[in-house]
Amino acid sequence: MIGGARRRTFIVELDFMSQKVSAQEKPRQDLMVVKNLVKYFPVRAGLLQRVVAWVQAVDDVSFTIRQGETLGLVGESGCGKTTIGRAILRLIEPTSGQIIFNGTDVATLRGKELKAMRRDMQIIFQDPYASLDPRMPIGESVMEGLNVHRVGTPAERFEIMIETLKKVGLEDYHARRYPHEFSGGQRQRIGIARALALRPKFIVCDEPVSALDVSIQSQVLNILKDLQQEFGLTYLFIAHNMSVVEHISDRVAVMYLGKMVELASREDLYRSPLHPYTRALMSAIPIPDPTLKRERIILKGDVPSPLNPPKGCRFHPRCPVAIDRCSQEEPPFREVQPDHLAACWLLE
Amino acid sequence: MATNREKLLRVEDLVLHFRTTVGTVQAVDGINFDLDYNRAVVILGESGCGKSSLAKAILRLLPRNVGAYSGKVYLGGSDVMALSDEEFRQNVRWVGISMVPQAAMNSLNPVIRVGDQVAEPAIIHMGVKKDEALKLARQMFEHVGVPDDFLVRYPFELSGGMRQRAAIAMALVTAPNLIILDEPTSALDLLTQANIFNVLKRIKKELGTSFILITHDISTSSELADEVAVMYAGQIVETGEAKDFFPAPLHPYAQMLMASVPRLRSDQDPEFITGQPPSLINLPPSCRFAPRCPKRHDKCEQDPPIIEKDGRKVKCWLYA
Repeated sequence: MIGGARRRTFIVELDFMSQKVSAQEKPRQDLMVVKNLVKYFPVRAGLLQRVVAWVQAVDDVSFTIRQGETLGLVGESGCGKTTIGRAILRLIEPTSGQIIFNGTDVATLRGKELKAMRRDMQIIFQDPYASLDPRMPIGESVMEGLNVHRVGTPAERFEIMIETLKKVGLEDYHARRYPHEFSGGQRQRIGIARALALRPKFIVCDEPVSALDVSIQSQVLNILKDLQQEFGLTYLFIAHNMSVVEHISDRVAVMYLGKMVELASREDLYRSPLHPYTRALMSAIPIPDPTLKRERIILKGDVPSPLNPPKGCRFHPRCPVAIDRCSQEEPPFREVQPDHLAACWLLE
Repeated sequence: MATNREKLLRVEDLVLHFRTTVGTVQAVDGINFDLDYNRAVVILGESGCGKSSLAKAILRLLPRNVGAYSGKVYLGGSDVMALSDEEFRQNVRWVGISMVPQAAMNSLNPVIRVGDQVAEPAIIHMGVKKDEALKLARQMFEHVGVPDDFLVRYPFELSGGMRQRAAIAMALVTAPNLIILDEPTSALDLLTQANIFNVLKRIKKELGTSFILITHDISTSSELADEVAVMYAGQIVETGEAKDFFPAPLHPYAQMLMASVPRLRSDQDPEFITGQPPSLINLPPSCRFAPRCPKRHDKCEQDPPIIEKDGRKVKCWLYA
């Protein structure tokens, strides 16, 4: 049903690479709506590998990503950022919940329909040293998605591949080279080209610059920004570096131990964070100025295990301002100010 | 021991080259710097610029393929490069200088209790009895903020931040004057990073320890640093006081490196440095940064001297 028709439209659309998709002027619509997403990983043990416990990696998370925006997703390691990124692409199966992309629930798609949907949703991985096949020339790597989806003729695919390499600042002669011949920054650009080759609508960027030296990070960030402008892309940008996220995001979501605790526009979140966890995070951001004296919020203890998260608000054992209610009931994640969501009883 | 006038550490013309099948890697190529008691110097640079090799050269932790290894390292006034390997092991390592290696949290022995591991350097290098050493370990755990019931736990029972603290406690247990920290927080989360740096600052104040902090994380390093040394392609290109350096670095490389750090609440886009650092094999005789430098001119064909400017040192023709 989709295969033939889509292929033909794609050929018609081949020219669209040179056209600029104008920035969205109309009010931004939701491209993706995630409702009550849950992902538990089983922990198996013993001779029979019975499930003895569940890691609650993502627990009842709801949010939206708007057409053409970059949603930053921050949090400490193990808080479920990457799990969300992979679950909404169906790279891992969500335990429950809805992922509505462009009006279709991705969580229940199967077979051909799922494959078709995947053309619109791509991912850029964290480690450019590990995510490219070392024995495949990078041109082949970039073309792989086109081959899988049988886009156009082989010659057209080649054309698209060269075009895409140029979009990320590489040259056509690079296509024959192997990953080891490239620097870290170039490899990450190849990773971007791979994601871009199918001209998706939506890209999950999973820590795309954290493995790079600071001197080339902004080069990759600039490319991501330019491509977003040119192709009207929507990004979910997962990172732990708060300064990088501030730099690239329109809105930012903060996660703690499988829960989303705050979601707001970049300005609101960085200027006036509401959740105590976000405040602690903000106060810990290093600033390269030794003369600056700041008051830091030091949290006691470590992040608890997602195997057995605390009752009530998951942050309450470390929260400097926790009240009795926090250990009893879980605070709802709701709009506390216009377009500013948070989950904290103190904001009720 | 040291007189009042003698610096804690003085490194002169330190060279460490490695032999490889494709040529000589000039990882550390004529490094000069010094460090006083109760001071912290941060060595900044991109990956592959020779930062970690510098730490290894100071502590004489050398792999087998060493080519050239020369220069002088004075610790408290005495030349430790003249010592034999055994004397160096007995009198310098742990006792004079200890080191927290890169990814230290993953370098603990998984089958030995954390407390025993932290106590071990004291037993071997200070000749104290085991229960005495464990007492010292307990004290150090207090200094770095690890609960003392963790002494009898195994590394896998501790979180990354706690293991990193344990590694720092191990470096402290022999009470050295100088600790070399190689990327102490790069693998840790933001909040844990902040906590570890608070621990280091407290140790510096309470115990008067000096630090050499090797990192590429410019923002975090400014927390602890009294002095800064910027490394590029095996050489130090700029040194100075942290308070002078961070607001206005002199060397074009240092300037561009600082400009590439994304800053909070800034409308300015961070910049990036085009090209990539040179391979440390077959380095040209010119200024090593010249191919990437926006301010290069004819003179850059020659190796620039180190030029003093207002108490700061910079290896660049622009200031000649």
